[in-house]
Amino acid sequence: MSAARRSLALHGGLIALLFALQFVLPDYHHGNLARIMVLASYAVGYNILFGYTGLLSLGHALFFAAGMYGMGLTIQHLGFTPAPALVAGLVTGIVVSAGLALLALRTSGVAFMIVTLMFAQAGYLTILYFGEYTRGDEGFVIQQAERVLWGIDLSDPTNRYFAALILFAICLMTCLHLVQRPFGKTLVAVRENEERVRMLGYDTFAHKLGAMIVSGTISAAAGAVYGLLFGYVGASFASVQYSIFPLLWVLLGGAGTVLGPFIGTLFMFYLIDFSSGITTAYMLIAGVALVVLTLFAPQGLTGELRRRLWRWLP
Amino acid sequence: MTENSSTRTTTSRRGAIRTLAGAAAGAATMPLWARYTHAQSAEPIRIGFQVHRTGIGAAYGRWYDRTTQAAVKLINEGGGINGRPVEIVAEDDGTDPKRGAEVVEKFANQHGCDIGFGTLFSHVVIGSAPRAGELKLPYFVVSEGHHVASGMLNRYTLQPGITDVKSQVQAMAPYVTQNLGKKVTMVFPDFAFGHDHRDFFTEAVKREGGEVLAHIAIPPAETSFTKYFPKIPRETEVLYHVMVGPAVLTFVKELGEFFGPQRPEMFGFIDSLEAVAMDSPGLEYLDGTYFWEGMPRHVQADQSDHDKFYRDAVGVDDRGASVSDPTDISTYAHMFGCWETLHVVKEAMETAGYAGPGDRAALVEAVEAMTDMPHSRAHPQGAKVFNGKTHQVFGHQYISRVEDGRLVKVHTTSIEDTYYPDEVDYTTRAL
Repeated sequence: MSAARRSLALHGGLIALLFALQFVLPDYHHGNLARIMVLASYAVGYNILFGYTGLLSLGHALFFAAGMYGMGLTIQHLGFTPAPALVAGLVTGIVVSAGLALLALRTSGVAFMIVTLMFAQAGYLTILYFGEYTRGDEGFVIQQAERVLWGIDLSDPTNRYFAALILFAICLMTCLHLVQRPFGKTLVAVRENEERVRMLGYDTFAHKLGAMIVSGTISAAAGAVYGLLFGYVGASFASVQYSIFPLLWVLLGGAGTVLGPFIGTLFMFYLIDFSSGITTAYMLIAGVALVVLTLFAPQGLTGELRRRLWRWLP
Repeated sequence: MTENSSTRTTTSRRGAIRTLAGAAAGAATMPLWARYTHAQSAEPIRIGFQVHRTGIGAAYGRWYDRTTQAAVKLINEGGGINGRPVEIVAEDDGTDPKRGAEVVEKFANQHGCDIGFGTLFSHVVIGSAPRAGELKLPYFVVSEGHHVASGMLNRYTLQPGITDVKSQVQAMAPYVTQNLGKKVTMVFPDFAFGHDHRDFFTEAVKREGGEVLAHIAIPPAETSFTKYFPKIPRETEVLYHVMVGPAVLTFVKELGEFFGPQRPEMFGFIDSLEAVAMDSPGLEYLDGTYFWEGMPRHVQADQSDHDKFYRDAVGVDDRGASVSDPTDISTYAHMFGCWETLHVVKEAMETAGYAGPGDRAALVEAVEAMTDMPHSRAHPQGAKVFNGKTHQVFGHQYISRVEDGRLVKVHTTSIEDTYYPDEVDYTTRAL
């Protein structure tokens, strides 16, 4: 079997497994997995920019929140139904990521991190500033009646799970497709040696711009779906910690691997969930686990798997 | 990029064994998962306590925890609820709405709790309530937010143990305009909690014939406040201030430094000084200023037996500090809400003949049917009236004056002062 087929089988297999789990998981883990799939989609978006293009953004919460608020505000104030509201969330994500990319990509390295961080913070404060519409830090609820998409009530656990799975499957397959195409391979080349890629005649700025828009849009899609599935839109999702989370998930799972973001999100979620049952210092346990993983598996869980076992992993 | 096939061959066997070992370890934890899922026991009443142990709400969370433990101890000593002991299942929500929602799911689906309880910060309540509603888990919040009574939440979310900010703020306006002055300047944090103060108080002051001269909003995460104070108009007769978060002490101290000996009358919400000692250096200038208190922190001359009993049970001294550590100041103006809510839960469960999660809807209806809550051990803060339609309780508010570092109660509002027209009727929504 060729590498492309093997990877298609593996990623398709994961989606099939997630589909099957819907029927067997107990309620609690069923709900968790729906949440994890949406958050993992966010991480998949982050990974395209960080893992494949080598651009470390500290401002992805801006994109997540852009999608969430693009969806939520249009429902709240313009009376949109979920389908056009989701489109509004996506369009907001595209516009915000393109705008930020045009400014931030003029910098690189540490400056890029700082510029993205600052813009995300500005976005967070903008949400608070327009508290009359956004209800600031408190946020607002998307009522159950407003969460019915084409007759499907998204607050129902089964519907929620499948909606999360569809989003995750689209994001995962988009990422897989992207990294196997010349565009994705060029992104990896930009990550490895941007000067050389430019010397070979590629427009690296255009590639980085494309990567950032795709990454931002996937993040925004995750934000919009998260708000719709769980019924809450709030400014805390735009705060700096929600920029750090996808970085941690991707680092844990394996930067520059298609599966890594899912594995990382799953691992981190249950690490916090289990450790919080043992001690109030659960963030310490999460921190120690991160340090240990960074020391002994610097390429993340999936990265280690690729290094030791499955070299063909995309 | 090239691949080294020989390396691949030599590492794959070892790697495969490791992968298998990992998978086996994962499989070995499966019974553990099942145990977590089915950990519910038929015996005790399990109350999921969503507590702010970490994050911005930690100081409140610590005292909410102590008050809750004291109330549960008392209830259990009195025979529990319907003869069943009460068990608290506490989970930290990190004062974060996303984690809050996860914790609610944990209560309902993993711990098999009968109810969720105890959330304070409004954003955590608003983030968690939709999940409580979907899971049909009665969710008793102790938050002060206007979110419940505004109609934003759902049939399963109730606030029967603490009054909301709208009623508190509007009940203060008559006293302020009649006794302190009619020209008011407001200083408040520039987020939803502050905006509630701005909107409700401004409206109420206008009704009383007063005027708000300026609104000074302080951005969140601000650490120095001196640059905002020159914006206070000279003709200000009363400065209304409220602040929350880690910088409250700096805020109040800098306010004192700005005015020096020549200050206008000052009226603040005790939120600005919750968990802060009144005799902290730099706060001397507060003598003669006024504060709203949800419940008087310092023991008053007319202390009720109920307050004395409650204070002793929680372990709070005459000045509102922990009996074991005089520097550990309580959040006395808010934490009674946990005590009173648990007593409401007890009464409602007994009325509804609550036997298990199948009776959750009946429990909600039993709370909705409640009205008068007399001043008693169960309600040491004072008498209350519950509005079943809006799921919100109404009660007396207190105004204290600082005298020699003590908060001395000078005014008690009537319950009627705190009323406003209903904004929702939750009882018309499906259970």
